[in-house]
Amino acid sequence: MAQPVLQMPQTAVSTKLRARGINMTFKRDGVSTNVLNNVDLEVRDGEFVCLLGPSGCGKSTLLNILAGFLSPSSGEVKIDGFAVTGPYPRRIFVFQERGVFPWLSVEGNIEFGLFKLSKEERRSRIAHYVKLVGLQGFEKAYPGELSGGMKQRLEVARALAVKPDMLYLDEPFGALDSITRLIMRGELLRIWEAERKTIIFVTHDIEESVQLADRVVVMSARPARIQKIVDIDIPHPRDISDPRYLKLRDGIFEEIGLAHKI
Amino acid sequence: MSALAQPRKWEKLFWPLLTASVLLVVWHASVNYSGSKVFPSPTDVQRGMAELVRKGVLLNYIMDSLGRVAAGYLIALALAIPIGLLLGWYPSAAQVVNPVIQMMRPISPIAWIPVSIIWFGVGNTAAVFLIFLASFFPIVVATMNGVRNVPSMFRRAGRNFGLSPVALLARVVFPATLPSILVGLRIALGIAWLVVVAAEMIAVNSGLGYLVIDSRNSGKRYDLVVAAMILIGVIGLALDIGIRRLERLKSVRWGFRHES
Repeated sequence: MAQPVLQMPQTAVSTKLRARGINMTFKRDGVSTNVLNNVDLEVRDGEFVCLLGPSGCGKSTLLNILAGFLSPSSGEVKIDGFAVTGPYPRRIFVFQERGVFPWLSVEGNIEFGLFKLSKEERRSRIAHYVKLVGLQGFEKAYPGELSGGMKQRLEVARALAVKPDMLYLDEPFGALDSITRLIMRGELLRIWEAERKTIIFVTHDIEESVQLADRVVVMSARPARIQKIVDIDIPHPRDISDPRYLKLRDGIFEEIGLAHKI
Repeated sequence: MSALAQPRKWEKLFWPLLTASVLLVVWHASVNYSGSKVFPSPTDVQRGMAELVRKGVLLNYIMDSLGRVAAGYLIALALAIPIGLLLGWYPSAAQVVNPVIQMMRPISPIAWIPVSIIWFGVGNTAAVFLIFLASFFPIVVATMNGVRNVPSMFRRAGRNFGLSPVALLARVVFPATLPSILVGLRIALGIAWLVVVAAEMIAVNSGLGYLVIDSRNSGKRYDLVVAAMILIGVIGLALDIGIRRLERLKSVRWGFRHES
């Protein structure tokens, strides 16, 4: 008798990023500060992962290491099996909206990373991503003429235009007002569903992480280590008054040691 | 007009013109009142200026002065911007060169006049050299500081998109520095215009500076002295207005605060 096949096919979800034993110590004025303590993390291809932790806990440092902008004191990051040694155009880091180039128009910003493509290809990419992030009619506008939310969408468009496999987002909506922030989350999810990039998203906002992520990586205060990884097994679009949502959210509140009453 | 109200179009011209007219009236009245035989009244100056135009020297002098400024300033610009970019880009190079630059900077270009006459003789080259010298340092320093103050985020974004170091300099660092460069260019142009007048008093036989000193020396023609001074002021103002226009270009506008 053949055994019933119960196991999931192993290759259906492949590992995109694997970080092993990441330690990070900064030295300043002779005082060394341990920022990251033995962090292990795996991110699957096409997954949306949130790194969640209190301000200054070192989650941005971890993101910079995963992106190749910083090298860790010890440990290794591998993407697609290759060690990360620096930033790379297939993995784009998105800053807060201040990262757009103010001397370039909306079109110029989106075109920035497309210098290896033909003119027609650039045209069509610009048109596609202007539309995707809803900046039609503002192609010739300069960042100084745009609102914070529009600048943030422009930066996402600039990143997506080079067709990266991965996006790193460092508190991308932190500087926006709460209404714009909510709209931007919806936009990001829509874009993510359309393009299926692997996304690592740093935030200190618990609600934000539960609304967006497949998995929330809860980090402790400094020196940061991974305290818990929470699977958010709710399909999108998520109902933020759904009992399951509230249970997961409250679980994270408790994990961080916060009573969710004010 | 209140401090908050947006001045109307006619007001923007009217009030400065009123100030100038009041000044002219006070000037005229005080020359009359004192009965000065040497210091000219506005009408004397106006007649003097008409005389210069009639003789056909005025336009030539203006063009000579502007030509010297253009030559020295453009040479300075062509050298100072690349040098400033490199010094900003390589802090170790700046460490070597910066003390010398900072030491040379406070030396008034006027102090270089004797030296430049030894090197280039009495003539145009000496004057152009002085303009060059006067313009060079402000542009180098503004460019260098501009590069240093480029937010690291912009450089990182450039690197992230796979730019080579040369492309990073050309496509990120240079445009990010352009507003600072413009500030340096504006300061340098103002100084260049100050210096050309001084240089022409000593090193050459034409130009507005020469007109000032020559009118005084050959017959104490103070009407012509003051006429030349007024022209120097008006042209200096025009140059400044001209270069400020560049600040409105869309690719640098972000670096300046504008009321609108």
